[in-house]
Amino acid sequence: MKKEITLKINGEEFTKEVEPRTLLVHFIREDIGMTGTHIGCDTSSCGACTILIDGKSAKSCTILAVQAAGKEITTVEGIATTEGAHPIQEGFKENHGLHCGFCTPGMMLRAIELLEKNPDPTEEEIRWGISGNLCRCTGYNNIVKSIKYAGAKLRGDELPSTEPEFVE
Amino acid sequence: MIPSTFDYTAPSSLDEALKLLHDFGDDAKILAGGHSLIPMMKLRFAEPEHLIDLNNIPGLSYLKIEGGMFKIGAMTREVETEESAEIAVHFPIFADVAKLIADPQVRNFGTLGGNLAHGDAANDQPAVMLALDASVEIAGLDGRRTVGIDDFFYGFYSTAVQEGEILTEILIPIPSGRSGNAYHKVERKVGDYATGGVAVHLEFDEQGICTKAGIGLTNVNPTPLRAVRSEAALVGTSLDDDAIASAAQYASEDCNPSSDLRGDIDYKRHIIKAVTKKMINKAKQRAFKN
Repeated sequence: MKKEITLKINGEEFTKEVEPRTLLVHFIREDIGMTGTHIGCDTSSCGACTILIDGKSAKSCTILAVQAAGKEITTVEGIATTEGAHPIQEGFKENHGLHCGFCTPGMMLRAIELLEKNPDPTEEEIRWGISGNLCRCTGYNNIVKSIKYAGAKLRGDELPSTEPEFVE
Repeated sequence: MIPSTFDYTAPSSLDEALKLLHDFGDDAKILAGGHSLIPMMKLRFAEPEHLIDLNNIPGLSYLKIEGGMFKIGAMTREVETEESAEIAVHFPIFADVAKLIADPQVRNFGTLGGNLAHGDAANDQPAVMLALDASVEIAGLDGRRTVGIDDFFYGFYSTAVQEGEILTEILIPIPSGRSGNAYHKVERKVGDYATGGVAVHLEFDEQGICTKAGIGLTNVNPTPLRAVRSEAALVGTSLDDDAIASAAQYASEDCNPSSDLRGDIDYKRHIIKAVTKKMINKAKQRAFKN
């Protein structure tokens, strides 16, 4: 039996009927039509489907749409403002934090919660913080740099160098 | 992967949830964090007809000290024990274990009650609860009862939580004197189940003699395993090298690992021996750090 749910996605309210078995990621992509949230492994391993639910990072392939009733959801479509890119988006752009880009929305949303809890994380804390997000292109180094950059930007500190580091 | 069809109810009180559970019988499943259940439903290993979601019931998520007990509400998320400074005073083991459970997103949702009630010997919290000598409060329509952790795990995915019942609280005795605890598991990668894991809790008297030892093992037995002989080898000693070596040896002999992709039986016994020794030393070090 279908259930009616009301929830906010990126500040906009939606009311829809869903089957209880509908996964939140399918609801966002197919019922709402926002395809920035990706489906990677579909087994809560890869983190490509990471979104924020009431500010907490969550794997939307392992949560039912009905569980999100009454919640506020943030997806990658909702992080930029009229003033421009979110600092995390700027970080990924300036530091080449992506190659194919498939993991990027999930990485960025996870990083937003990480930086909210820990505004100046060490490299180790960043690596543990994104341990639930897999990237098959970058080798993570530039993702770590991107998150460091976003942290500095959010704190209002001097921005770290975006020059690539060459290893002899 | 999409689960098979089911009905969904999100009651707003525990009584309502217990009534629904009573009415639906074993056609119903309880949804807590859902990060074990929903993957099983997606694989159609679990096909409940009704899902009763506990997430809208207030008052099931808390960390509090009451009557010499540390009490954890069943719906408390793993992340809350990971970050609680209050819990870290007596139980730094929770920061050890939480960090090794799945990944940050999963810990935002996974609950301590669900971790235990799932009854999976590969989960990490059961070994911790064995080491800490926890007990568990279970509610039914007829009232509440408390079950010691040694009587909680029945078998594969089977626990003392019976049909029509809901696990509501975890109770851990707060040590009065000098104490220390630690957990570690060997895992192939973040998010994997343990190749082997060991939880250790130690208490000491003023002379530095070990008065109480709790050792729990992860994923090396069909049920979470208490290393009884290892504990006995430590109590009454000052935890000299010989006592620690015996405890580690006993743990490796008394566990019953199975051979799988994570390693063969001898390798897993070796892991248990090495990690037991390490965790006893770490717990001891924490106990005597000031």
